[in-house]
Amino acid sequence: MIRQTVHALLACVVTLVICSVAYPLALWGLGTALFPHQAAGSLIYGPDKTTVIGSELIAQPFASDKYFVSRPSAVDYKADAAGGSNLGTKNPDLHAKVKERAEALKATPEKPVPADLIAASGSGLDPHISPEAAYFQADRVAAVRQMTVEQVKSLIDTMTDKSGAVIGAPPRVNVLKLNLELDKETSAKPKETTASR
Amino acid sequence: MSVDTEIKAPKRSTEDARSLKLHRRHARTLKLFDPAMVRMATIRSFAMLDPRNMMRNPVMFLVEVGTVLTAIVTVQSILSHQAVGLILYQAALTFLLFITVIFANFAEALAEARGKAQADSLRATRQDTEAFRLFRLGSDEGETISSTKLRTGDYVAIEAGQVIPADGEVVAGIASVDESAITGESAPVIREAGGDHSGVTGGTRVLSDRIVIEVTAEPGQSFLDRMIALVEGAIRHKTPNEIALTIVLAAFSLIFLIVTAALYPMAKYFELTLDIPTLIALLVCLIPTTIGALLAAIGIAGMDRALMANIIAKSGKAVELAGDIDTLLLDKTGTITIGNRKATQFVALGGATPRDVARVAGLASMADPTPEGKSILELARQDAAVDGEVPHRSTFVEFTAQTRMSGVNLPEGTRLRKGAPDTVAKYITELGGVVPDGYQSTVDAIASRGATPLAVAEDNRLLGVVKLEDILKPGISERFQRLRQMGLRVVMVTGDNPLTAKAIAQQAGVDDFIAQATPEAKLAYIRKEQGEGKLVAMMGDGTNDAPALAQADIGVAMNSGTQAAKEAGNMVDLDSDPTKLIEVVEIGKQLLMTRGALTTFSIANDLAKYFAVIPAMFIATLPGLRVLDIMGLATRGGASSAILAAVIFNAIIIPLLIPIALKGVTYRPVGAGALLRRNLLYYGLGGVIAPFIGIKLIDLMIDPLMTMVGIG
Amino acid sequence: MALAPTSFLHPLWAFGVPIAASFPLGWMMARSLDPKEAKAGKGLDALPMFLCRLIGRKTPVKMSWKDYCIALLAFNAALFVITFTLFYVQQHLPLNPDTKGSLGALGYKDSAGVQHDGVDTGVVFNTVCSFVTNTNLQHYSGEQHLSYFSQLACILWLMFVTPACGLCAMLAVLRGLRGDSHMGDFYVDLMRTVLFVFLPFCFVIATLLIASGVPMTFDAAAKATPLDGVAAKMEAQTICRGPVAAIIAIKQSGTNGGGFFGPNSAHPFENPTPWTNLLSVASIVALPMASMVMAGKMLRNARHAAVLYGVMLTLLITGTSIAIWAETAPSAATHGLPVVAEPNMEGKETRVGPVASATWAGMTSGTSNGSVNSMHDSLNPLAGMIPMSHMMLNVVFSGIGAGFENLFIYVIVAVFLAGLMVGRTPEYLGKKVEAREVKLAMLVMLIHPVLILAGAALFAAQPFGAKTVANPGSHGFSEILYEFTSAAANNGSGFEGLGDNTPAWNVATGIVLLLGRFPALVLPIALAGFLAAKKRVPETTGTLRTDNLTFAGMLIGTVLLVGALSFMPAVVLGPVADHLVALK
Repeated sequence: MIRQTVHALLACVVTLVICSVAYPLALWGLGTALFPHQAAGSLIYGPDKTTVIGSELIAQPFASDKYFVSRPSAVDYKADAAGGSNLGTKNPDLHAKVKERAEALKATPEKPVPADLIAASGSGLDPHISPEAAYFQADRVAAVRQMTVEQVKSLIDTMTDKSGAVIGAPPRVNVLKLNLELDKETSAKPKETTASR
Repeated sequence: MSVDTEIKAPKRSTEDARSLKLHRRHARTLKLFDPAMVRMATIRSFAMLDPRNMMRNPVMFLVEVGTVLTAIVTVQSILSHQAVGLILYQAALTFLLFITVIFANFAEALAEARGKAQADSLRATRQDTEAFRLFRLGSDEGETISSTKLRTGDYVAIEAGQVIPADGEVVAGIASVDESAITGESAPVIREAGGDHSGVTGGTRVLSDRIVIEVTAEPGQSFLDRMIALVEGAIRHKTPNEIALTIVLAAFSLIFLIVTAALYPMAKYFELTLDIPTLIALLVCLIPTTIGALLAAIGIAGMDRALMANIIAKSGKAVELAGDIDTLLLDKTGTITIGNRKATQFVALGGATPRDVARVAGLASMADPTPEGKSILELARQDAAVDGEVPHRSTFVEFTAQTRMSGVNLPEGTRLRKGAPDTVAKYITELGGVVPDGYQSTVDAIASRGATPLAVAEDNRLLGVVKLEDILKPGISERFQRLRQMGLRVVMVTGDNPLTAKAIAQQAGVDDFIAQATPEAKLAYIRKEQGEGKLVAMMGDGTNDAPALAQADIGVAMNSGTQAAKEAGNMVDLDSDPTKLIEVVEIGKQLLMTRGALTTFSIANDLAKYFAVIPAMFIATLPGLRVLDIMGLATRGGASSAILAAVIFNAIIIPLLIPIALKGVTYRPVGAGALLRRNLLYYGLGGVIAPFIGIKLIDLMIDPLMTMVGIG
Repeated sequence: MALAPTSFLHPLWAFGVPIAASFPLGWMMARSLDPKEAKAGKGLDALPMFLCRLIGRKTPVKMSWKDYCIALLAFNAALFVITFTLFYVQQHLPLNPDTKGSLGALGYKDSAGVQHDGVDTGVVFNTVCSFVTNTNLQHYSGEQHLSYFSQLACILWLMFVTPACGLCAMLAVLRGLRGDSHMGDFYVDLMRTVLFVFLPFCFVIATLLIASGVPMTFDAAAKATPLDGVAAKMEAQTICRGPVAAIIAIKQSGTNGGGFFGPNSAHPFENPTPWTNLLSVASIVALPMASMVMAGKMLRNARHAAVLYGVMLTLLITGTSIAIWAETAPSAATHGLPVVAEPNMEGKETRVGPVASATWAGMTSGTSNGSVNSMHDSLNPLAGMIPMSHMMLNVVFSGIGAGFENLFIYVIVAVFLAGLMVGRTPEYLGKKVEAREVKLAMLVMLIHPVLILAGAALFAAQPFGAKTVANPGSHGFSEILYEFTSAAANNGSGFEGLGDNTPAWNVATGIVLLLGRFPALVLPIALAGFLAAKKRVPETTGTLRTDNLTFAGMLIGTVLLVGALSFMPAVVLGPVADHLVALK
């Protein structure tokens, strides 16, 4: 009995050292040395190189019309309390929320909104939207930024990540990166007057 | 081997020639639903309702408890003036659950009644007769007393036409005995003092001659009495596989108990209070009542089938074990070959003519009562016109284990001998004779073809060799082929030398043989096989077979055999038929298969019952579930008709399957894979589909009825 | 997002990669975990022997099944006590840059909606039960409630040693079935599995994950100033991170499933790209699949192992296909609204998409893993039914070792019924299956439905359960049912809307977790021990073969029938009714 206990406890100590000390330390060393950007959370720094704007992997909220909006978040984009809505498809609350979101995005039967724009993401921090969801917002953004819809759409196309199609990956657009790119374009180019519908 | 087989041999050979099929001698065939037995079983099924009795069968006990609960709820409903429809529905459920229990009891009682009827018909041979008890062995004086007064060790003289009053051993005389009372075989058998055919059974009749027997059993304690008692006792004992299956069934019942019990609180979540009788109905539908009801009947029917084949098994376990047999030890003579060897050729050596050989061999066999001896004489009469008369004052030399020769000393002093080749060669050399050239090669040539050489000598002159040949039973190798498909190894047991044995083994197509088999060799072989994890069955009759019979997993003793052999085995074959082992194995397999198939059927049935009951239960609160009512039940009678239909199906499937339970699932020697596929198709897939059809039909029938009486 | 036809390539990869990997992996596992007597302790194998000497075991012991079970249980008891203590006092321990408090001071909201702050030892009990049983059901949220120390010293450690325990139990069962005279030495097995299977496998996976964007840092959470923060009323965003990659690798490959972050692999830091998604889903099933290949090698009966592997794979492919089919339908919530009729996206990530989400749902529930890359609560009802069904059957790979042990129980029952049907006393791998074995097998079989149905029934009928659901009607019932199923199957995924961090849930699921794990881990070892002691019966043509299609069919039939019969009513009331009942 005592022998059993001693062996069990000693085995705990040995495995703890291997699994919880040696293994993560080795990985940390390796990660920091080879992939410092990724290991630290793929952070995006502002022009001053010290302010963190966000992480390219973490969604942030966009409310201004000049920006593409991210997918709805059930946790208000809190990256320290991530989560989904966990609402069932037959839940009247979800139906109401979807209705509200569709109305906010000015969806009409003629111009229905893509499903990802009215459905909260699983993590609440989904950094991507589908290209269709981006196109859906192109008119609004173009109008505010005084760009042609075509310009915006072609920007969306260049920003669409199609990698991994061979393994079944859906095409996707990183909202933060797209918006940063937009800001860069509009600040670099002189403002043009464009006819927007 | 035996005088007994000799008498029967011609008959059996024609049977074999007629058909390769394994057939049963239905000595006591019974109709499946004999009216008298049905009456008896019906009465018994009510008596069996005693909970103490029902507890042995956990599945049916659960149904009985459910019936009582349903009845209580029904009474409550009446007292609290519930709607008439509800009361009628609950009362109908109570009745249906009750008859489910009754049906189960009926199945068991019917099987029991059949077993009893078989046993009784055996016991009926046990009648009071008069017996002439001798004062002592050897005297002719004695007294006539009732057979019930006979004690072990008494000597009884029995004349032709008299019934043998008790089990015993013949100590003097030889007689033909009609054993049809026990075996159903009309052909008489010979019983004589000494040897392995000395056992006689009380209740059989002496047809000719007079014998004296020594009584070996106290009244009511005869071997048959004890065996019958064992059989009847065995009905009450569960066999190992039956216990294991009962555990499986009990566990399934427990799972379903939880499934149904959990439904009540789960329904509360949906603000629905489920009707308790309906839940009980669902439970009864789900638990494996079909197999639960028929399990005991299947076991009893197995014993019953053994009895029908004239085999008395000492326990149900033995019958069940028979299905597991891996190795069969079969005696060559009478099983693989017809009766005995026959002389087919005289081979002359060293200048003698075949005619000389025939003459001497014939004379030497004059007093030889063995079948071999007789066949030599027969052949000699044709070939050498031996007249069959031995000169007066000749003396006969009988065969003994020491000399291994037999023959005759003629009055003028000529000594005629026949015997095993090496013994005879040694014998003439001792007398100064010379073994002729080519002797050994002739002997070997005969032996290597599976025949037995028998040397013939006149004084110190070796004249030649008699060729004794074994005749294989027609179709025997096909039968072994089938046994192999069943997964059995057949081992031939013979007293022949290895060379002969090998040749016959090859001809017959057995897997192995034991040559020059002594009781020790048999025992050693059985132990070796068992050491490899195999189960061995053998058949035997002699006292010296007793150790091997006891060692074998299934030892079948022939009824004609000695008391010792019968005590040692775990089955007795009343027909003393050496091929009976094959049937024993089949009965065992059939027993297990029937259990497995009906269990599968029973559980597979549940799927349909779910589709009938679950939508019916929840349709009121969750109308969307109507989609699940794929049988389209509950049309007019409301939800209750679906539930009642499922319960009715569950109940009537029991009597419908009684024939299968009693007769057993058809066994075919086709190998395990094919058997499993077949049974899965019939009882698995069939078990899934049948209730869908059955429940729908019942629903169609009861639906208008229910609307009429206002249930639903 | 319109469903690209290429989406359907994902399941092909998700099945193809791990199946292809399972053969070399299984071969290596058999060689390294069960070396020949002569090779034990030589070469690389000297390392585990050295570790065993460190804990005071000089030479490997030939354990009987009883000794093996005792050693296994003693080790698990030690795990329980140590991790309970560490969670409770994490605020006093190092590596806590975000100053998390004791896990026992989490607080909870009761079913009446009243908040109770600073108390809830239940969650510590539940968390310890959950991680000691290799389940990883999480009633806390990793990034909010655990210090880095707890993540590493408790979560990470248990994630390594608990699947190792499952694999050890499988090794013991295999040795018993093989007819060995002893079951091996538990501690040697433990060290070998950790050193030779989990560590190298995880190191490779973790490195690939870091390269793809999974953080591996001991720095505190990053403070970001969002681009449109002013307009969106979010001046600052706290981005939690940590030594994520180390945990995610073992989380997936050790059938653990407990996320570093609350949303698990739906969180972009756990699963940043479609490539990591494929890598993760493949590593979820790779080792469970490989363990079946190992079984074939160890039993020297590749055909029988192929039957078991095939049965598991058939169930997994069938279930996953149904989930994919159901999940590519639009959400009922969008009915009648101006929304493009395309697959349900609620609770899903764009980079993963509906097909990969449904594939993952099937695989994670089939392997006792329980990590999720979408919120199962928001799946379409029939798609949500699949993970539930996989966990109810509990034999769809279902863990590394633990799944084999569960299927072993079904095999015993199938062999018993099939054996009878061919007219012989049932036998398995040459050993007779008799009353004693059947009794044990049925006991193990009973536990699973009892835990799920009794638990779900109790919580459905009582306010402490019924009031904690996040969704009304059948879906709420599904949440309760799912939670108990996940706990009993030691899976760990959940319909996470459920307010399960209450004392009632913590205690009830904690107990279910323990009862779902240890009897099913230890009793098969006993069963194998019983069989090992029996004489081997030679095989004849009359013997039921367990290595052909007929038996595979029989086994699938047994699993499905027993599963359907045990759980059909509950499933009908939950997801099926949810699907059939119209949206009010």
